[in-house]
Amino acid sequence: MSAVADVRVAPPRRRSVARRKATDLVIKGFSWIGAWFGIAVMGFIVYEVVRRGAGALSVAFFTQPTPQDVTSNAGGVANAIVGTIVITGVAALIAIPMGFLGGVYLAELGRNGRIATGVRMIANVVMGVPSIIVGVFAFAIIVKPLHHYSGFAGSVALAFIMLPVMARTTEDILNLVPNELRESGLAMGAPRWRVTLGVVCKAARGGLITGASLAVVRVAGETAPLLFTVLSSPYWMTGLFGPGGFFGGPVANLTKTIYDFSGSPYPQWQELAWGGALVIIVAVLGMNILVRLLFQRGKQW
Amino acid sequence: MIRSVRLGDPIFRVLATACGLALAVAMFGLAGVLVYNSWPAISGLGTSVLTTVAWSPVDHQYGALAALAGTFLSTLVAMVIAVPLALVIALLLVELVHPAVARVVGTAIEMLAAIPSIIFGMVGIFVIVPFIQDKLVPWLMTTPLGSLPGIKPGAQFQGGGLSIFTAGVVLAFMVLPYITAVSRDVLKMVPQVTKEAGYGMGSTTWEVMHKISLRYANSGIVGAVFIGLGRALGETMAVAFLIGSLFTSLPHSLFDPGTSIASLIALTFSEATDKIQVSALIELGLILFLITVVFQILAQAWLRRVQRSTGGRA
Amino acid sequence: MVGTIVDEPTQMQSPATVVPPRLEVAEDRRGAGEDFAALPNEIAVRGLDFFYGKEQALFANTIDIKKNRVTAVIGPSGCGKSTHIRAYNRIFNLYRDQKAKGEILFDGANVLSSQTDLLDLRRRIGMIFQKPSPFPMTVFDNVAYGLRQHYRLSRSDLSNRVEDALKRSAIWDEVKHKLGEPGNALSGGQQQRLCIARAIAAEPDVLLMDEPCSAIDPVGTAKIEELILTLKSKYTIVLVTHNMQQAARVSDYTAFFFQGRIVELGPTTKIFSNPAEKQTEEYITGRFG
Repeated sequence: MSAVADVRVAPPRRRSVARRKATDLVIKGFSWIGAWFGIAVMGFIVYEVVRRGAGALSVAFFTQPTPQDVTSNAGGVANAIVGTIVITGVAALIAIPMGFLGGVYLAELGRNGRIATGVRMIANVVMGVPSIIVGVFAFAIIVKPLHHYSGFAGSVALAFIMLPVMARTTEDILNLVPNELRESGLAMGAPRWRVTLGVVCKAARGGLITGASLAVVRVAGETAPLLFTVLSSPYWMTGLFGPGGFFGGPVANLTKTIYDFSGSPYPQWQELAWGGALVIIVAVLGMNILVRLLFQRGKQW
Repeated sequence: MIRSVRLGDPIFRVLATACGLALAVAMFGLAGVLVYNSWPAISGLGTSVLTTVAWSPVDHQYGALAALAGTFLSTLVAMVIAVPLALVIALLLVELVHPAVARVVGTAIEMLAAIPSIIFGMVGIFVIVPFIQDKLVPWLMTTPLGSLPGIKPGAQFQGGGLSIFTAGVVLAFMVLPYITAVSRDVLKMVPQVTKEAGYGMGSTTWEVMHKISLRYANSGIVGAVFIGLGRALGETMAVAFLIGSLFTSLPHSLFDPGTSIASLIALTFSEATDKIQVSALIELGLILFLITVVFQILAQAWLRRVQRSTGGRA
Repeated sequence: MVGTIVDEPTQMQSPATVVPPRLEVAEDRRGAGEDFAALPNEIAVRGLDFFYGKEQALFANTIDIKKNRVTAVIGPSGCGKSTHIRAYNRIFNLYRDQKAKGEILFDGANVLSSQTDLLDLRRRIGMIFQKPSPFPMTVFDNVAYGLRQHYRLSRSDLSNRVEDALKRSAIWDEVKHKLGEPGNALSGGQQQRLCIARAIAAEPDVLLMDEPCSAIDPVGTAKIEELILTLKSKYTIVLVTHNMQQAARVSDYTAFFFQGRIVELGPTTKIFSNPAEKQTEEYITGRFG
């Protein structure tokens, strides 16, 4: 015990309080600068897109197809917008039900079982796969065998990206539903599927719609997966089959058009590109904000 | 009626399980298709893909080294900028401002995540590139930093606007929102008592943050960094616009142009006619795929391991 | 040593005639025989008001905390006991809407003034919380935390002090082989003693204990109470507790709080056997709270 007595004899040397406080202040300063910087970048991007793209907006912009050559001064991106809506819509049709059911499996049926854990991990991994690789994949399984590009190939690529996102989002949201709800449903004698779909999912409806909307909007802005699956086209989509059709050939879409036009040397085309970018940003940010506002209010259980 | 009820459950289970398994099938399908389609290149070119620097199909050179170097360097720049920035912003959101303000700021930063890659690329090209080329690089060259190896311009230097550095900077803002959001969420989970105990010991805000809160939130933040890293590795459009597209040599300086695997594929795939070229490009895709998968798996494994040893939760 | 209850009523009687249990307090309670006024003050509170936003929680609190004594703070829940001691180390400053006015004199200066160096204040006034809160680090690092933060020490000096603090917290034997394990691998009672070791390692003058045993099992509680008795020779201790028996067992002086005011302050023996105020007596005998 002698060590105990010795230790209390000599008061230890103090560390500088001033220096500790100075460090604290400096870090806090960085925090403020960093936050402002982050917001500034965000605001700046929106500002630039609006500034450069607003001039392109006009009736023609929304009604005319993309110009094929420089001489036609007129032009819009109407066909591209329609194309993106169709391609994304089909992708959603494929991915949302599948992803939803997959999420239901993870949250309600598989839970912590070995298979479900494996599936969950795989879903996480797939979410990290770069979208261009998904594009290559869609190229290999659809474009190559059919020997032509198509809107459908693009939809498949986008659906592939959406699938794990939809599943994990569904799972997370369903996990928030309290167990009491499930138990009371089952206690009424309802079969499992009815409890899950009718009770639990109904309760989580708001969150599920949010998740689905965000997933859709996220892929709507993707370019890479469409680069060698859909390409783009200066024409309107003509039906389903045939060279201008959804399954038959390239379909005009907004992101690829923006990509092509922004790299072109013609200022009118560049302006169209910025206009397209503006449309996308409005759609994406608008949906995000809308969904946040709705979701905040929508928690009802 | 009873029969349909009896059928309902099994059908439901089968359907749901099938969809769940579809995820796994999709992943293995993707891997399989990539391997199958890159096989001609793998067997034809062998390891030369990984040992050759230049990618020049015209000369029948299919080297991925330049692209790999560009991928890693641009990602490195991005992480070096994004991670500290994300942490101090998270610190602000959790400790320094009123909760209402934190919500607004947090939302603004999360909006960054929603902006598509191509828009980052466009704004980058028209705004960041001139800035770096006309203002930053000339200034940097007048300081001692300008002569450090890795920064000092070499033979490939083309002004520094379209360069690995520029791509890295823009990448940083693309991964920033995710890392910030996760860091903030995890830091919020540090129990108030523990933080009070820290302050009660006479610690400053920063000391509580880095000695206590960050340790507590450790695994979550590292996991987020890994995942952000994985995303940066695979980013395509913004990088394609900004990295300079030099496929044929290794960069000597961060301000040299270069390329990344993802942008290389994006830029050359459509014009690839030669079968070997297409297959080699798909092989590049396979390489990128493997890299990102490995990162994801490492991230998940790390999360589980660190969680056990600190005694802190994430 | 431990207080015992005498005169337990053996049959149900109507409240008016229940004989109040007398808490027998052990003889070494110094409170009883001392001259309160002559003792040196560690902390002197004068006219402390406290606000949560617009709501006032403490009203003109005035109390002397004597050096090297254990002062217990008792009262029904919500009476402001924790709020009161949390003013001493200004931990309430973490929360925007909490404000204090008045004087809390410690070492000649008013703790509430804006000139106060909070870092040093909290080095000298340590706090133990209701919920044991070890930091997410090893046992050793937990105890070393305050030492590393405030002092420059050699490795061996640091080691010695950590060992010393753990010994003085009566937990050394239980953790000496576990110094490298995470702090929260210990049991609840052990974690709390770890937190006490952590607090005393930094060489404070005062220990504020905010219901330290309420989340601990009885065996752990007994150990902590024994610990408090040994600690008071070196530290001034202020103990908030909702457990009157604990206050009787362990403290020299007791302050009774009610609705944000200090109703009575006196030697523990007196408070529990012959309180001056009616309200105090009603609380002690269990008429409310």
